[in-house]
Amino acid sequence: MEIFSINDVRKSFSTQTDVLCGMSLSVQKGEVVAIIGPSGSGKSTLLRCATLLETMDSGELVYEGIKAAWNGPDGNVVYAPEETLKKIKSKFGLVFQNFNLFPHYSVLKNVTDAPICVQKRQKEEVYEEALTLLKKMGLSDKADAYPFQLSGGQQQRVSIARALAMNPDILFFDEPTSALDPELTGEILHVIRDLAEEKMTMVIVTHEIEFARIVANRVVFMDAGVIIEEGNSDKIIRNPENERTKAFLRKLNL
Amino acid sequence: MSLGLMLNKLSEGMATSVLIFVLTLVFSLPLGLFVALMRMNRHKVLQNLMRIYISIMRGTPLMLQLLVVYFGPYYIFGIKLSPDYRFWAVIIAFVINYAAYFAEIYRGGIASVPSGQYEAAKVLGYSSSQTFLKIIFPQMVKRIIPPITNEVITLIKDTSLAFAVAVTEMFTVAKALASAEKTMTAYIFAGVFYYVFNLIVAFVMENIEKRLNYYRL
Repeated sequence: MEIFSINDVRKSFSTQTDVLCGMSLSVQKGEVVAIIGPSGSGKSTLLRCATLLETMDSGELVYEGIKAAWNGPDGNVVYAPEETLKKIKSKFGLVFQNFNLFPHYSVLKNVTDAPICVQKRQKEEVYEEALTLLKKMGLSDKADAYPFQLSGGQQQRVSIARALAMNPDILFFDEPTSALDPELTGEILHVIRDLAEEKMTMVIVTHEIEFARIVANRVVFMDAGVIIEEGNSDKIIRNPENERTKAFLRKLNL
Repeated sequence: MSLGLMLNKLSEGMATSVLIFVLTLVFSLPLGLFVALMRMNRHKVLQNLMRIYISIMRGTPLMLQLLVVYFGPYYIFGIKLSPDYRFWAVIIAFVINYAAYFAEIYRGGIASVPSGQYEAAKVLGYSSSQTFLKIIFPQMVKRIIPPITNEVITLIKDTSLAFAVAVTEMFTVAKALASAEKTMTAYIFAGVFYYVFNLIVAFVMENIEKRLNYYRL
């Protein structure tokens, strides 16, 4: 079952032309897709378009068969009405590079506030679920802590718990380990690997190539706003065919 | 005049000063937020109107603004207002002046909240009013306490400007007593009053700041 697809997306900024030049991506239920590529290749913009943080110039965006955006007759993008978008927003979660936790909320409140205030779910049920999630993230003893009291790795785990508390069908990660000290990246990768084993559908923008190879079913290599090469993660990373993919991977191995 | 009588007279003025202070804050703090939000509104017309308003309020003396508010209705429109209007002229002038300063402080506070906070809220599905009230506003408050404290302390001393329209606040009383009794005592008392008032306000604001120390931005 297709959870998410984005088709022929184009996006340019006034400062930088053509960040995305008509690329498409489709993700099946339970699939883990890693997006790799040099900086400035449009990976983050793709995630931002997918999570409605950025509006596409043109293209189609679909979650579980529900269209969030499509091309109007004039070729410019049309977004679904606010009500539909609200429904669609509950289908995905996003984990940011810089965590973006709410500093004035405790860890528990960071995780529980949106399910209670946005999804209007029962408090008791949400708290129970949140505590289970925090336990899973190894943060049981941090429920009452505030973000500034946590290490970067712990903060990122809280932000993953916050995203999961919304019960999304697909989770996007925008370079989840890039803001962390090298010795802290392991704990995040471990959490993501556990999620993959539970068949969580995920799209991960990452620079951790070896991690992408192990965890992802499929690797997408992007450059200059288009997909250069995609396929089985082992194959793309060990035996890339495209010259640009080869050059990129070679540079990383240096 | 006995010291007791003098203190008695001064305390009446003191009560007026405190009332001006409290009323100004009660009205200008929310009004300032409203002005800041309009100043940050997408509508260029609103934005520019607020910009002009703030510019005038900050660019002319408060004393002059007070005189315009007090005498304006009569000189411009020929409206005769009751003597009670004196006091309200002071409140109006102070409120619109302080709201302008507060608006700029709020604006700075709102602008300093990182865009990631808006994005996180958006992805989690918070509406824009929820985002402002639950996520942005509390963080703004923490950031703006120090500059707000500055303004509040200035306001205490500015209450003495009500003297210009003969509202019998602390300073007006002190000046009358000093010239009637040919003594500095009233001024000394007035000085002590302003100073102690400021100490109290600084103490309260410091406590608010401490209370918000449970988290860091």
